[in-house]
Amino acid sequence: MNKDRRSFLKATAALGTVSLVGFPHIWSKNASLARAADGQIKVGVLFSLTGTTAIIEESLNKATIMAIEEINAAGGINGMQIIPVVEDPASDPATFAEKARKLVLSDKCVSVFGSYTSASRKAVLPVFEKQNNLYWYPTLYEGRECSKNVIYTGAVPNQQQDDFVPWLVKNFGKRWYLIGSNYIYPKEENNYCKKMLAELGAEVVAEEYVPLGHSEFSSVINKLKAEKPNVIFSTVVGDSVVALHRQYHAAGLDPATMPMASLTTSENEVAAMGGEAAAGHFTSAPYFMVWDSPENHKFVDAYKKRWGGDKVTHFVSEPSYFQVHLFKQAVEKLAGSDITPNAIREAVKGQEMVAPQGKVRIEPENLHTWLWPKIGQCQADGQFKILKQTDDWLEPVPYKAYPNQRCTAEGLKQI
Amino acid sequence: MDIVVSQLMTGLSIASILMLVALGLAIIYGVTGVINLAHGEFVMLGAYVAWALQAEFGMGLLASLVPIFLIMAAVGWLVEVLVISRLYGRLLDTILATWGIGVMAQQAVRLVVGGELRYVQMPESLSKSVTILGATDSAYRLFILFVALALFGVTWVIYRYTNFGLKLRAITQNRAVASSFGINTSRIYRLTFAYGAGMAGLAGALVSPLKSVSPEMGTTYVVDAFMVVVLGGTQSLMGTLASSGILGELSGYLAFYSNDTIAKALVLVAIVALIRFRPQGLFTAHART
Repeated sequence: MNKDRRSFLKATAALGTVSLVGFPHIWSKNASLARAADGQIKVGVLFSLTGTTAIIEESLNKATIMAIEEINAAGGINGMQIIPVVEDPASDPATFAEKARKLVLSDKCVSVFGSYTSASRKAVLPVFEKQNNLYWYPTLYEGRECSKNVIYTGAVPNQQQDDFVPWLVKNFGKRWYLIGSNYIYPKEENNYCKKMLAELGAEVVAEEYVPLGHSEFSSVINKLKAEKPNVIFSTVVGDSVVALHRQYHAAGLDPATMPMASLTTSENEVAAMGGEAAAGHFTSAPYFMVWDSPENHKFVDAYKKRWGGDKVTHFVSEPSYFQVHLFKQAVEKLAGSDITPNAIREAVKGQEMVAPQGKVRIEPENLHTWLWPKIGQCQADGQFKILKQTDDWLEPVPYKAYPNQRCTAEGLKQI
Repeated sequence: MDIVVSQLMTGLSIASILMLVALGLAIIYGVTGVINLAHGEFVMLGAYVAWALQAEFGMGLLASLVPIFLIMAAVGWLVEVLVISRLYGRLLDTILATWGIGVMAQQAVRLVVGGELRYVQMPESLSKSVTILGATDSAYRLFILFVALALFGVTWVIYRYTNFGLKLRAITQNRAVASSFGINTSRIYRLTFAYGAGMAGLAGALVSPLKSVSPEMGTTYVVDAFMVVVLGGTQSLMGTLASSGILGELSGYLAFYSNDTIAKALVLVAIVALIRFRPQGLFTAHART
């Protein structure tokens, strides 16, 4: 909380600086004319390569770079090459804001692909809104944001939970134990989950949050033994996911009667916890590495070929990859002289493509993405078995837990 | 009833991990007076050595414990020779130097083996759960408890009943006098540092099957270790044992009756309050001055 406020203050201070130096940006259109003449399109790539979240953000960087290389190898966009400017924001929100300013103001990028955590996205948001630039955010997140300067290609709560929660209630029962890391994302997801559970007549026996990076779950496990819930709904993140699963397994609890249902456990975490600790638990996400489609086979093969055979793709690296292709489709529609963030945003509205997970589309109203949520059960070999896919692609509704608010093209509306 | 036993065991388990991590720090500080901020990174390196021995040579965790201790002791020895030995008596400089070593160790691991979380397999024979007095507990956690007590015992015996331990105690009380009696103090310091680093490495290896292995994992452990040492008193092995026990049970019970976030905060508040009134910690060594 305190940390949030501090980064907020820093971001506010940053905003002040930006407005002072922001003046030359009026000529950005001329600058982009020059860029088009060079036959180059500059984009920023802003994922942490050092610090605590580098573990996951490295893979997002890799997926983004691979997509850019693919496009360039196939002749670029209307003959123009994409030039990635890679910066390392070191897992620190204030550094994110600083690097974002550099990419937008001095490198004159027309878009930036970046961020894993919500904290870092919130930190760069003022930069992109002030400069009217475009930020492409690949991570599933808690929703409740409505910016015309961010393209959100990850899932929001309704896309991860609308199929998942009723399915779990039907198959396992109505006593739910909610556990998450102590920050905004798990709280918003649980907020939405509790609404759904109330409608389904299910009961929340406990809702608790552990500190970020927490790795000692023995007291939590004692509570699970005492409460005996039907479902453990987990929004624990990062290395805590690994510790929770391993200690659950070591304590001899049984996923057949008390499964963990997670929104945050991907192939990445499973590789670190080992198949035996992950087996039997569930995850809901639009993408799993085993998904059987020609586009996904191509993606996985290319990824392994480019970055190493032991690498995994997961539900954040897949959007990191396809959003660059959506960027390409949008820029393709523009004349060389008109490649500005504003024009790209207008062009990307309603864009569709067949991504590894299935056909996705940018919703013109809120710039979030129509996705294909799936329910996967982890197997002992460390991969997921897909049990169910949504019947039809699912609309993103970032304010679904707040029925009197709606994100529209004109901004947030109170209904 | 079984939940009471479970909770007691949980506290002991947390305590045993705390003690494993804190023991090396306590020994190094107690003897040499160096506040080793790279201690967490020694823990992390131990976990990575366990991972490397498993991934590269197929060695199980139990078989690798002795090599891990030796490798990490060698690392500690090297650090002492290259850096620490030049800085004795300069408290601020050693803090800065060890912190720098920690940062370098983190980044070196990231560069050499990458930033992904790593997997260390739990020994097959210990991956079951066992029942004690009606409560089930993880066999591996009991194993850690056993090893932690054994390592404490070994350290205690070395400290109390060996010639080396006698010299250690002499130096702890007064380096100059000990030295004038012919004790090679720099050799003793070097061995102490190596032993502390080896212990940290063992701690990292032992917790790795329960937790995750990443370049940043040391940061949380060093904080825990400092809490134990500050509470227990910096020059008392028994203090380390007792304060890990107290902190383990306390955080276990608080987390059970509230949650881990509140437990962590309350434990810190309790420690701050305690050192306000007893800055030397709960236990102090009886040194004749």
